[in-house]
Amino acid sequence: MSTFRSPKSLKVGILLSRIRVEEKMLLSNMDRRGICYDRIEDGGIQMDIANPGNWLSYNAVLERSLSFTRGLYATSILNAWGVPTVNSAAVAQICGDKLATTNALALAGVPQPRVKVAFTPEAALEAIEELGYPVVLKPIVGSWGRLLSKINDRDAAEAVLEHKDTLGSFQHSVFYIQEYIKKPGRDIRAMVVGDQTVCAIYRTSSHWITNTARGGQGEVCEITPELHEICQAAAKAVGGGVLAVDVLEDSNNGLLVNEVNHTMEFHTLAPVTGIDIASVIVDYTLNVAKGLINPLAAQSPLHFPVSIPIHPYQQVGL
Amino acid sequence: MSTEIAANCPECDAELTLIDVIEGEIVVCSDCGVDLELVNLNPITLELAPMEQEDWGE
Repeated sequence: MSTFRSPKSLKVGILLSRIRVEEKMLLSNMDRRGICYDRIEDGGIQMDIANPGNWLSYNAVLERSLSFTRGLYATSILNAWGVPTVNSAAVAQICGDKLATTNALALAGVPQPRVKVAFTPEAALEAIEELGYPVVLKPIVGSWGRLLSKINDRDAAEAVLEHKDTLGSFQHSVFYIQEYIKKPGRDIRAMVVGDQTVCAIYRTSSHWITNTARGGQGEVCEITPELHEICQAAAKAVGGGVLAVDVLEDSNNGLLVNEVNHTMEFHTLAPVTGIDIASVIVDYTLNVAKGLINPLAAQSPLHFPVSIPIHPYQQVGL
Repeated sequence: MSTEIAANCPECDAELTLIDVIEGEIVVCSDCGVDLELVNLNPITLELAPMEQEDWGE
């Protein structure tokens, strides 16, 4: 844990795994502004549940872990101690789990592609055939377009389902089957911070997977009232904060929310839109640190597919 | 003004020039293409970056 100090009274932690372009921008922004912060490497930390100790010195912690699991559990402990995080563990739990996201969006009535879930290859095959080919099979936890499968016919369905069931971890036997949306060679990545839709880009690719991590190219997307409305609804549904909402354009059903990301990358979004996204994120984190925003206030247990170990504040020995 | 640091790739021993790097940053070897993590600035220490895990992402 390396420490940088400034005379300012607020202290922020930034939890990270490695320095991507985004973390470099965030650290550089905080240095430039003289913000007092600790750089916290998630691979080296220990957290004594009953003795928060120095962790309580943070007015806020910005979570930028590459690992969903580390980020989720670290923020769940911090939140249980009363330390606010950007984003909160509750938001991470929903956004990092595609099924939890789908549940939250459905509960809030946010338009999204149809999704079916099954727990055996046989039931999954039945669900796929009811939805109709093609469909997209997605791992419940995963990012960057990893392990997405577009299933065009029964032969492919049988093969992929068997592989997932036999070779995958237990989570791969939760078969998340999404209707395939014939998008126009692109999707939309929008950044939402609080009640603002800050900016958006189209991510264009000749491949059906349009993630920039997989080679998708960015160009500026106008934030229409319709896009703003669905992005806000999606962000609110998952608990709000600093979020990237991925939106699909369906010729029949209009805009549909595909997913919401809680530790967003912005290496394409920032240069394409010209917006200093690192500064926006740092501003939000400072507002949380000052107590102007409380990410822990809006949590609802209704979205949780499973309970996560958040201990009541009073029981951690303070 | 940018800061340049010389280092060698631990995989292929290529001579690398690192520009404006900070500790923890990932750099790619221009010769062999491997991902390297800058684990220390003083002395300069590059290690092979960890393989991508299933729960990594945004």
